[in-house]
Amino acid sequence: MLVIKNLKASIDGKNILKGISLEIKPGEIHAIMGPNGSGKSTLAAVLAGREFVEITEGTVTYLGKDLLVMAPEDRAKEGIFLGFQYPIEIPGVSMVNFMKTAVNEHRKHKGLEPLTASDFLKMMRDKKELVEIDSKLANRSVNEGFSGGEKKKNEIFQMAMLEPKLAILDETDSGLDIDALRIVANGVNKLKRPDNSFIVITHYQRLLDYIVPDVVHVLYDGRIVKTAGKELAFELEEKGYDWIKKEIENTVS
Amino acid sequence: MNEKPDMTEKYLGLYRDNIDKISGRSSPFINTFRAAAFDKFSKLGIPSKKNEAYKYTNLSLFFDHDYESYFMPVQSDFLKAEKFRCEITDLDAHGIVLLNGFYPTLKEKLVQLPSGIWIGSLNEAALRFPDIFEKHFGKYAKSETDGLIHLNTAMASDGVFVYVPEGVTLTRPVQVINLVQSDDDMFNQHRNLIIAEKSSIFSIIICDHTLSPAKFLTNSVTEVFVGEDAHFDIIRVQNEHNNACKITNTFIHQEKNSVSSSNNITLHGGLIRNSTYHILAGEGAESHSYGLFLADKWQHIDNFVNVDHAVPHCTSNQLFKGVLDDMSTGAFNGRILVRPDAQGTFAYQKNNNIILTDDAKMDTKPQLEIFADDVKCSHGATIGQIDGDALFYLQSRGINKREARLMLMFGFAHEVIQNIKIEPLRERMDNLVMQRLKGELSRCASCMVKCG
Repeated sequence: MLVIKNLKASIDGKNILKGISLEIKPGEIHAIMGPNGSGKSTLAAVLAGREFVEITEGTVTYLGKDLLVMAPEDRAKEGIFLGFQYPIEIPGVSMVNFMKTAVNEHRKHKGLEPLTASDFLKMMRDKKELVEIDSKLANRSVNEGFSGGEKKKNEIFQMAMLEPKLAILDETDSGLDIDALRIVANGVNKLKRPDNSFIVITHYQRLLDYIVPDVVHVLYDGRIVKTAGKELAFELEEKGYDWIKKEIENTVS
Repeated sequence: MNEKPDMTEKYLGLYRDNIDKISGRSSPFINTFRAAAFDKFSKLGIPSKKNEAYKYTNLSLFFDHDYESYFMPVQSDFLKAEKFRCEITDLDAHGIVLLNGFYPTLKEKLVQLPSGIWIGSLNEAALRFPDIFEKHFGKYAKSETDGLIHLNTAMASDGVFVYVPEGVTLTRPVQVINLVQSDDDMFNQHRNLIIAEKSSIFSIIICDHTLSPAKFLTNSVTEVFVGEDAHFDIIRVQNEHNNACKITNTFIHQEKNSVSSSNNITLHGGLIRNSTYHILAGEGAESHSYGLFLADKWQHIDNFVNVDHAVPHCTSNQLFKGVLDDMSTGAFNGRILVRPDAQGTFAYQKNNNIILTDDAKMDTKPQLEIFADDVKCSHGATIGQIDGDALFYLQSRGINKREARLMLMFGFAHEVIQNIKIEPLRERMDNLVMQRLKGELSRCASCMVKCG
């Protein structure tokens, strides 16, 4: 589904990603862990198409197409979804109007007619139920005045509405209490199908108690320095990141 | 503070040439104000950019022009005005048409609605209801610095009068359609008086339109009295062509525990200056001042707000927004005055502007003068571009950039529009704003003027 080869990227001339290679197959959940500043969010930004990141080398192929030349909205319509670490507040734009526009853009892309108002509202209801979000949230402006937990749940709700093939969740667990964490994780588990994939970026292991990854990568200083099964997450939780840092430094020296 | 003397001289001359005619058709009470107002105007003159309150607005573009006429109506004008119909067909309102500032009906110059409500001509009201009229007229429109208010008092002779008695709720709003139409370049002035007696509830909509392409200059003054416990809303919708200048001065005087709001929606206009004065004169009064403008080409839109916390325990709130395209310019000046005794004051102000091009320009100036100590005040102003993070957020959900920009601008504007409580009007404003943002013609279709 997604093949990243030797990806290097910089922000304001500073090298952040220093050669990342990664392959994700349909149905897989990959966790990307790593200490702060290792490049996790930059990788998410590159995949979603943020312009402030400059790609200096490497390729990203998504479903056989060159992802890096696609506009952010086209990536979304092709099935990529980014769950934001810090979802944006947009006063004056209602959740209903926002989601209706987005869903119908996706439908247009697939050659489908726009949903009728009643079908759309039914879809909203069903998905709200699926991800257990407060129905009042949908009547407000996008993320405006939402608590940290509500914003993250709203990301999962949007993911449910847009049914992506590849969802990238950028530290969706940060700042969540245990109940919100459970709701977010349940949302992911309910939306998981054999033909879609997830990249779960997280600093802590605790989200992985609820979402069981197939593969865990450790990102450090712009490189993937370790890849293993879900047991790696437990090891990191127990020992922290220092042992990995030491291991790297020893290898280098 | 005078603009070059010859410009003011022009209006002094206009007064001298017309005062007999004006006085002859006005009520004697209104006439008693004229000489003193003329005197004040001759001292203050037309405000120049040296006047702090007009620092960013160049009035000479419209005042330094030889208008062929100072409007006084003839019978054929009345017939023209009666043909005008508002486009918002589902807006159920008590409609009044003003033509060039005059109440253009020959019979029935004042109409009585159920529960003792009167709406109609200002001049007629001065004659018919001297007790009520004399209690309020000229009491709230005061200024020691702005000559235009005195020019209006000196020369205006008609406009709208609305009277809602104590305890009466008017469920349908009053809609004033303010038409400007003339074959020649024209200067006109009008004066409105709105009285909301104790515990009354009602709202008024004023729609400004220009109907012919000549150059226009309008200088209007509206005085509003909001009695104890009364609730009053005024919404102004401005849709004028690029060769028209509209100056509105609205004075809202509030008594104890009253609530009022003012909302100026400027969709189109060459030069627009809205001065809104909120006088919180009774404890527990609450005022809301809103404004939104969308400007392009060479348009200039200036909102000036003056909130006077004269007594303790009042609350005021200001929210003004602007979207500026092409080489348009805008100004916002928000003054909050908290007088020494006005303890327990809450006063808020927010001014946000989006600039779409390098050539557009916005000046914003908060002005807080606080003389009491138990006060909670805040103000904030922003001038910027569309938020890149918000744009990306929408794009990342599959919405293309153009549509995402539109949604953001619309959302920005909607924050002001959502404060309109009259639903058909709110929906219509949302629609017009969307059309305007898309670059489609957004003036009401009944406007024949092509602004190009």
